[in-house]
Amino acid sequence: MTVFLITAVIVLIFVVIFQISKASEYVSVLKGEEASRKQNNKINGFLMVSFLVLGLLGVWYCNELYYGKTLLPQGSASVEGERVDSMLWLTLAVTGVVFIGTQIVLFWFAFKYQESEKRKVYFFAHSNTLEIIWTIIPAIALTVLVVIGLRNWFLFTGEPPKEAMVVEVTGKQFGWIFRYPGADAAFGKKYFKNIDNATNSLGIIWEDQLSHDDLVMEQTMYLVKGKPVKLIIGSRDVIHDVGLSHFRMKMDAVPGIPTTLWFTPKYTTTEMKERTKNPNFQYEISCDQMCGNSHYAMKGVIEVLDQEEYDAKIAGTKPYYYTAFPDKDPAMAKPADSIKLAAKPVEVAAKQIAKL
Amino acid sequence: MSNEAVLHAPAEAGLHLDAHGDDHHEHHHHETFISKYVFSQDHKMIAKQFLITGMVWAVLGGLMSVLFRLQLGYPDSTFPFLQDLLGKWAEGGKITPEAYYALVTTHGTVLVFFVLTAGLSGTFANFLIPLQIGARDMASPFMNMLSYWFFFAASIVMLSSLFVETGPFSGGWTAYPPLSALGDASPGSKTGMDLWLISMALFVVSSLLGGLNYIATVLNMRTKGMSMTRLPLTIWALFFTAVLGVLSFPVLFSGFILLIFDRNFGTSFYLSDIFINGVGALPNEGGSAILYQHLFWFLGHPEVYIILLPAMGMVSEILSVNSRKPIFGYMAMIGSLFAIAILAFLVWAHHMFVTGLNPFLGSVFVLLTLLIAVPSAIKVFNWLTTLWRGNIRFTPGMMFSIGFVSLFISGGLTGIWLGNSALDIHLHDTYFVIAHFHIVMGVASMFGMFAGIYHWFPKMYGRFLNNTMGYIHFWVTLAGAYLIFWPMHYQGLAGMPRRYYDYSAWESFKQFTELNRFISTVAMIVFAVQLLFLFNFFYSIFKGRKVTTTNPWGANTLEWTTPINPGHGNWVGEIPEVHRWAYDYGKDGKEFIVQTKAVGADESHH
Repeated sequence: MTVFLITAVIVLIFVVIFQISKASEYVSVLKGEEASRKQNNKINGFLMVSFLVLGLLGVWYCNELYYGKTLLPQGSASVEGERVDSMLWLTLAVTGVVFIGTQIVLFWFAFKYQESEKRKVYFFAHSNTLEIIWTIIPAIALTVLVVIGLRNWFLFTGEPPKEAMVVEVTGKQFGWIFRYPGADAAFGKKYFKNIDNATNSLGIIWEDQLSHDDLVMEQTMYLVKGKPVKLIIGSRDVIHDVGLSHFRMKMDAVPGIPTTLWFTPKYTTTEMKERTKNPNFQYEISCDQMCGNSHYAMKGVIEVLDQEEYDAKIAGTKPYYYTAFPDKDPAMAKPADSIKLAAKPVEVAAKQIAKL
Repeated sequence: MSNEAVLHAPAEAGLHLDAHGDDHHEHHHHETFISKYVFSQDHKMIAKQFLITGMVWAVLGGLMSVLFRLQLGYPDSTFPFLQDLLGKWAEGGKITPEAYYALVTTHGTVLVFFVLTAGLSGTFANFLIPLQIGARDMASPFMNMLSYWFFFAASIVMLSSLFVETGPFSGGWTAYPPLSALGDASPGSKTGMDLWLISMALFVVSSLLGGLNYIATVLNMRTKGMSMTRLPLTIWALFFTAVLGVLSFPVLFSGFILLIFDRNFGTSFYLSDIFINGVGALPNEGGSAILYQHLFWFLGHPEVYIILLPAMGMVSEILSVNSRKPIFGYMAMIGSLFAIAILAFLVWAHHMFVTGLNPFLGSVFVLLTLLIAVPSAIKVFNWLTTLWRGNIRFTPGMMFSIGFVSLFISGGLTGIWLGNSALDIHLHDTYFVIAHFHIVMGVASMFGMFAGIYHWFPKMYGRFLNNTMGYIHFWVTLAGAYLIFWPMHYQGLAGMPRRYYDYSAWESFKQFTELNRFISTVAMIVFAVQLLFLFNFFYSIFKGRKVTTTNPWGANTLEWTTPINPGHGNWVGEIPEVHRWAYDYGKDGKEFIVQTKAVGADESHH
């Protein structure tokens, strides 16, 4: 019923507009086409300048409404991201001046030079001086922006500081898996054909001793305030993207091709709850690359902790190796099963050889 | 440079003009309904076919955006009529994620390729090239006809993909593999994707047939006296557009071929190290998913200029005609078109800054991308100077041209943000990008297209569009476009990702519920006004005010020297000879001097 009513109202509006439009054509025949054309010209000239004024007011009002909802007022949550923000402000200043200037000129000229019998058109076909001016000035402004941008770009994509911790991030439909290298500070090798959702979500090659102390966590990644972190990013299936808007960073997760990203968190999650006055605040990882029908729900969380909290968290987490081989876990050793389980690594090794 | 004798041979062969070439209109040619309206080889009819097919797609594509905006604006509501419309895709009146992504994907594909490529350059290159350069038809009218029918076939295949059981393709219009390659990763990548690829392959064929024809026609079939530097800017723009298409569409095609192989024949061009839930590890190894992105964007970026250049050309022409003043900096306009066309091939990887691209390579693309802002700035300042001290008539075409300049400025400036990789690393794939490309490419080019339709409608149908409806159409669309897309910059600055079905579970992005509702409402109003325009269009074809003079706008170009309703062959008698450029408006106190008028001895030089 509502659909019917809405349709009826829309049709009615259409009919009214159509009748007015048709009537205006008849009126113009009565008044003389030239006279009514000139009248329309005046109206539209006035609307041009009105649009300019209302538009600029609208830009201001929109800013009033929504600036507070962007990430800018809370500032960057990473040290490197501050450079993104400062660059953003500079770019805004440059493009903002051009935007306001050219829009004013455009609509003002449209109003000012609307048709008038008194005006004689100025035949002005070209001027090399003007062309050179508006080639060189944008070129200089852009050079400045490019230089600043590239300096930041090389910092962001360059090597992280030596003390940086390393976390491996793997995207899958539809979630995130995080791996920490453990005490040996090195990851065990992995091979995608070893993936098994129940016991080996990353396809780790258990023969590699380095893998035995690796920690694997899903959905939540723990980082340390003030400590640079390097992410080694990959994907298990389709392309995903690690979107870290609070840290002003983003990097695709591509199957078969690892990518990296590094940054230094500035505030713990608890601090951010206070800064944003939002008790539910979370650093969210949003998947920013279309990855399937639940793309919109592919969420991860980063919890930034103090060093002590972090150490406690890591100490309380069992290496993933023991999830796969509970009998190897010193906490619950059961020698009786060891024969049965020993067969498994052999099988994996056979797969490895087959691959070669 | 070219002379009548040379011109006649191909023209006659193509037109089946027997022996009476020039007096074609005096003898009444026997045309059947089929040869006149369906398998027509008349460039003007083919242009109208492209235009009307494009309009059908614009309505469908626009309607899709209204449907997915309903989901974004009212994520908690149900609309029973959606179930009537979409069936299982909107069970209980709520669009499913599958359907949402299919709508988003088809909206993008259709608007970019079918509306703003075929509908825009297909229409105006076909219509304007022969008329403005002084030719009776295209170099190959038959190829021209094929170009339309390949487009039609592409349309039918795309349309049919909407009705398959597993749904149309739903992985975004860029169709990145592995998602687009693996039916097990997304149901839309099953039959729907096969149809999508077939449709796009047919579309590439259509574009190439058209583009080669446009280039051949502009280079070889200009009338006597029409040197390249006397061409109207519309023709220059359409020429560069065709060159871009011919050089880049084959690369896209190659990318699609490899994708077809990966999908159907077990190759691993794009696939490696993949484990799909419920299926297990795939055998593919050694491919690169990024290779596809290079091949795709090698077309994909020129594509945005394929969409934008025709609009720029038409806007240049219409601004000049209705300011009654020459276009400012004609040579600079050609130069900047040329610069844009060259740079268009050298910036594709700015779509890939966050794919793990080599940072040094990325930096080269930053430099080249921001370089494009220079020719773009030249064009904007030249348009502004064209208005300065003119005598502006606000025809609907003129108003849409002014709107185009405004939108091009607004959307172009945010390109400076996104082209700088260190900012893109934050803004990539957020609503900021949506705002940017919709304003600068989508809406601006639509404005160029509307400007062209309002301006050349009298030449197409011998009648005018209704002005009052035109003004309403313009003001609502311009205000609506800004109301829809301007606030999206703020969503982007909040990091809100694009292509999300629902934001309510996200602590970082859920603060925009009201804004989303507002945007959706405005989108519906703007869509309704486009229907008003369509009504105006079809009503005016039959009932519009009749054109009574051959040159209603007082324009200089050749199309206005043809009869009010030109037949196949365009001119009765000889093709006119050209003596001057197209922009002698307001020269020596004369309001306008048509291109066919010989230069007088007392004329001033410019």
